[in-house]
Amino acid sequence: MEHYLSLFIRAMFIENMALAFFLGMCSFLAISKKVNAALGLGIAVIVVQTIIVPLNNLIYTNVLKSGALAWAGYPDTDLSFLGLVVYIGVIAAVVQILEMVLDKFFPALYGALGVFLPLITVNCVIMAGALFMVEREYNFSESIVYGLGSGAGWALAITALAGIREKLKYSDVPHGLRGLGITFITVGLMSLGFMSFGGINL
Amino acid sequence: MKTKELLFDPVFKNNPIALQILGICSALAVTNSLKSTLVMCIGLTLVTAFSNLFVSMVRNHAPNSIRIIIQMTIIGTLVILVDQVLKAVVYDISKQMSVFIGLIMTNCIVMGRAEAFAMKNPPWESFLDGLGNGLGYSAILFAMAVIRELFGSGKWFGVEILPLVTDGGWYVPNGLLLLAPSAFFIIGFLIWGLRTWKTSQQEKDQFFIAPNTKKGAH
Repeated sequence: MEHYLSLFIRAMFIENMALAFFLGMCSFLAISKKVNAALGLGIAVIVVQTIIVPLNNLIYTNVLKSGALAWAGYPDTDLSFLGLVVYIGVIAAVVQILEMVLDKFFPALYGALGVFLPLITVNCVIMAGALFMVEREYNFSESIVYGLGSGAGWALAITALAGIREKLKYSDVPHGLRGLGITFITVGLMSLGFMSFGGINL
Repeated sequence: MKTKELLFDPVFKNNPIALQILGICSALAVTNSLKSTLVMCIGLTLVTAFSNLFVSMVRNHAPNSIRIIIQMTIIGTLVILVDQVLKAVVYDISKQMSVFIGLIMTNCIVMGRAEAFAMKNPPWESFLDGLGNGLGYSAILFAMAVIRELFGSGKWFGVEILPLVTDGGWYVPNGLLLLAPSAFFIIGFLIWGLRTWKTSQQEKDQFFIAPNTKKGAH
């Protein structure tokens, strides 16, 4: 249990996807003008990430990994080079299915999250979640915790940034720095703040 | 459009990172050493150029409803090629860059140019546009990597430029420049500089401070 808690804290704060690994920056900067929108996208990322990482973990261990196809009679096959295309396919498919399921059974939720779902397909956070899972050799239960933690960390970061930007729009910023420039400086300061979590060791 | 415009406009005038806000995800992560920056830039420029070329070649045959999947497959195949070549030729660097080569796939520059330019233009122009955007991306990345590696560890491409105190020299390295926050600051300042130079790129403020009216009344 302690191991999972430590993994969760690591994924959420210390190795924050947005602030320590610069992932998902495009939507991180584009959607963070309003807190409501940022929160919606954040929740959508948490949901998708928690589904995708364990799912890709299953596919990796049972099909792609070197020697994983032994159950089908091909013990020497190594399909891991196909990983990239498979993961993106899985991500696109899951997002599409999720969109249809939400539309059919939870229309209220679909109204809130629907517009963000297509954006998520090309969001690097999701893809990076799958790639980090493979690189760090997480098992199935670890990958659930990792997916949840890294998604939550990203959601936290984008919501916090949106909060700062809402206040920031009343301030008098130098002309060349307006918009994108000052946002980068703000994110840098946030990232500096998140580095202080680095000392936490569970 | 002229070859020169297609190739060099994206470098300063319409930079993918500084103006179009595309492809920042991986731009920041690899810039703490020039070696990995060089590999990343070559990889991304090749992928963007060739994905633009191939997408443009099939643009009149592909049905609109499945175009995203077709683009994704083309890009994915190219990225796998780059990844495998790097693993075979420069294994150390490929290990050091961990997931970021794979993330070229979800890099918005590649997808963005395929969708915005290659779907509407003939192959040769699209190829040049991809090359140009790759160069624009590389320009920003190199500017950052030069600053970060020189002041962070006193080296360029691993060759000592500023002798470090620990090796008997005089330069005390600034460790912050190797960490994540510095990348954000540097790109912020680069954008500031670029927009002070090319003022048309400045964004309009949403609110203006009203002039002080009391002064004039009395």
